[in-house]
Amino acid sequence: MTMKVDMNVTSGDVNLAVYRWGAAARKGTKTKPVIVLVHGYPDSASVWAGTAEALSQRYQVVAYDVRGAGRSSRPQDTSAYRLEHLVEDLAAVVDAVSPDQPVHLVGHDWGSIQSWEAVTTPRLAGRIASYTSMSGPSLDHAGMWLRARLASRSATDKAAVLKQLAHSWYIGAFHLPVLAPALWKVAGNALWPAMLARVEGIRDATANPTQAEDGAHGVKLYRANVGERLGKPRLRTTDIPVQLVFPRGDHFMIEEIWDDLPRWVPNLWRCDVDAGHWLPVSHPQLVADKIARFVDFVQSGKQPADLQRARITAPGRPRRHAGKLVLITGAGSGFGRETALAFAEAGADVIAVDINKEAAERTATLCRLSEVSAWARVVDVGNARAMRSLASWVGKEFGAVDVVVNNAGIGLAGSFFDTSDADWDKVLKINLGGVIQGSRLFGAQMIESGRRGHIVNVASMGAYTPARFMSAYNTSKAAVRMLSDCLRAELAEHDIHVATICPGLSITNITQSTRFVGVSEAEQQRKQSDATRLYQRRNLKPQAIARSILKAVEQHSAEVPVGVEAHGSRLLSRLVPGLSRRLAQLDLEP
Amino acid sequence: MPLTNGMVGTIVVRCINEATTMENASPALKEGDLAGFRAAQRLAYDCAEATASDMRPGMTERQVAARMKAWLVEHGATDCFHEPFAWFGDRTAFRGLIGIKQLGGFNPAFYPGLRRLERNMPFILDCAPTLNGYTADIGYCGVIGENATLDQLMDDLLEYRMLILELVRARRPLAEISRAVDALCQRHGYEPRHKAYPFETLAHRIEILDDDGKDAHLTIANFGVRNISELVRDRVRGAREGWNPIWNSSAKSEHAPTPGLWAVEPHLGFRDVGAKWEELLVVTEDDAFWLDDDVPQVRRWKQRGLWPLEQAA
Repeated sequence: MTMKVDMNVTSGDVNLAVYRWGAAARKGTKTKPVIVLVHGYPDSASVWAGTAEALSQRYQVVAYDVRGAGRSSRPQDTSAYRLEHLVEDLAAVVDAVSPDQPVHLVGHDWGSIQSWEAVTTPRLAGRIASYTSMSGPSLDHAGMWLRARLASRSATDKAAVLKQLAHSWYIGAFHLPVLAPALWKVAGNALWPAMLARVEGIRDATANPTQAEDGAHGVKLYRANVGERLGKPRLRTTDIPVQLVFPRGDHFMIEEIWDDLPRWVPNLWRCDVDAGHWLPVSHPQLVADKIARFVDFVQSGKQPADLQRARITAPGRPRRHAGKLVLITGAGSGFGRETALAFAEAGADVIAVDINKEAAERTATLCRLSEVSAWARVVDVGNARAMRSLASWVGKEFGAVDVVVNNAGIGLAGSFFDTSDADWDKVLKINLGGVIQGSRLFGAQMIESGRRGHIVNVASMGAYTPARFMSAYNTSKAAVRMLSDCLRAELAEHDIHVATICPGLSITNITQSTRFVGVSEAEQQRKQSDATRLYQRRNLKPQAIARSILKAVEQHSAEVPVGVEAHGSRLLSRLVPGLSRRLAQLDLEP
Repeated sequence: MPLTNGMVGTIVVRCINEATTMENASPALKEGDLAGFRAAQRLAYDCAEATASDMRPGMTERQVAARMKAWLVEHGATDCFHEPFAWFGDRTAFRGLIGIKQLGGFNPAFYPGLRRLERNMPFILDCAPTLNGYTADIGYCGVIGENATLDQLMDDLLEYRMLILELVRARRPLAEISRAVDALCQRHGYEPRHKAYPFETLAHRIEILDDDGKDAHLTIANFGVRNISELVRDRVRGAREGWNPIWNSSAKSEHAPTPGLWAVEPHLGFRDVGAKWEELLVVTEDDAFWLDDDVPQVRRWKQRGLWPLEQAA
């Protein structure tokens, strides 16, 4: 992609090519905040094209080619690439594009490394309002981190060092004389898009016009700075609000490298995203959303609930789902409670919804033991009005949830001819209606707030396992499965993930409360306790379903059967549907 | 605590052949007997409290168990139901390699190990000394530092104490009471970890032993031979009379509460944290009561304003 240079800024004897998006405000209107984007290696400002475009509606966006890259000058001397010169370049750009107001700085990769230098040294004091860092630590912080790990007697700490070294082999390679620049010159243009496609899954990448040159010159960034800073790190702190965007799929940085950051950055927010190292290219909208959310907070002082949860004050690694808000229906017992607890243990805040007040509150209490916030709400998911009022409370308090688990359900068994209209009505209202309401209300909030959320619908292996005497229940679950399949297709464009969970015979109190129609009260009780015993013998724990739900969210799975019987029946229904239909005729009811 | 002669009750000599009806399963306890048991139970809890106050991070379970044993011997204990146990950290929850069913639930995880105590790590001390022929069996938990999960478990343990007493007073079958405890666990979201004890024991009988004046008695594999023999004898007699000296949820416990002394030990687990208390419950022909309300867990509930609870769950 070729972008037009909007202005040239001089920094010492270096000329910097600057690109701008989103016009500055007209006279008399409120000035828009200025966002300055700093690219990494071996990129040029063009890496920001998508992100800048997405931000340009509401902000003045500026990117520039760092010295040695794109259309900026390329000093020959390695020492010209020392961090202090890069900070001078940034200062020159900031002064040129935003003489009156401090800017919001965003750095990626080497752009992030040099921006750390800029926010932790006095040169730009008062000129930077906030900083969003992606995939590049302060070299001094990395040096301190390394030193602490090497001095530690803990094997885990030592392993972390080895792990990071394994991820940064190329730094060593870049220090080899001749080789790296030569390789870039020979093969850069062809290699780079291939490497992005292979490692990052970015299919439509094209090398920028100066790719080979950028790669060859940029090697000097490593040679001029890495050895000195890692070997003799200095204490670097900043009071500027910093947002760390951590891509979980980064092949070049290990997560442990950020563990100590709160020691040096008291005003820190962290947001983990499902993306790889080149997230500005692969997920420009996501990156733009994270930047916008943080800039808006720093500008207005109003901290949205999700950002409040992203605040980090103590060293260590945030738990896997830290900062997320999860709503679970039927959270008072069974899968629902276990799922609530599993999310809470993984650091997520939880809204526990159940028809039973005491049970919902109990789940919330247990969640709080994991040091997260938890709320209990009493709602009958079969009551559309009650669901709407739940959603409006969620909207008002939090905007949207990150994960909704539509889990609440009831059991019903017995002959089709004994199943009354009222029975059908009840099963469909709760098992299907509840999922419809939950998906619609919370899905709409996710779309509206641009949340890349997850809708998890708990169906059953009954969704694809025909069985006589299970007509109502299995129909409701089959409908949930199809609903989820359709919804998944519709929500794909909003990056909202939909999962269907199909548990096998798991022990929950649904067996004790399942209604068996067409039998006497005594017979009903016998069947309930027989069913419970059968399920107990199978011993598929609700914890297993909870684990599957978390995994489905983490891996964006579409459909997850849980338990060997659920997998087996699924295979049967797909490969030998005739046999599946024959088996359905067996009277397996207790 | 030193005992006066007056506190030592009349020793009731039981002979299994003499007891032919369930009502006679255990001859009526005399007031002096209760005083003797109370003294033994106080001794046991004093031991736990004294040991706990000297516990420091870095100590192992074995060291702590040995300290308890020494303390008990020094203070007059001459036998035991079992030698002192100490469990730290996730071992309080009895998870993992537990409950080898083929051995009747005989559980190697009981034995104190080399786990070292850390700050904010929960611990359980369990000892069962015999003093002048009277045996107590207690459970005590705590933490050096803070542990929110342990606090929650210990708070909730009050409901179990009330529920069990209420249902025993209503003369409900013991198995039914045990299932009610399981149900309360489920409502609370806890696992009933006493199911990891041998025979999934919620409680077990305690009988009076001869006060033979000897300083020490035989233990095998950490269990006191005389006390375990009593339990076995009860088991034989119970089989004939239709009752079970081990109180659990099984069909064998499907009988009204048998008069006598029961060491009741609900043990709750949530994730990596377990908590329990263990106290002697006195069951008479038509009533029941906890042997002593002046025990550490009751004092704790009082301190936290939880006592008295209006009604059991």
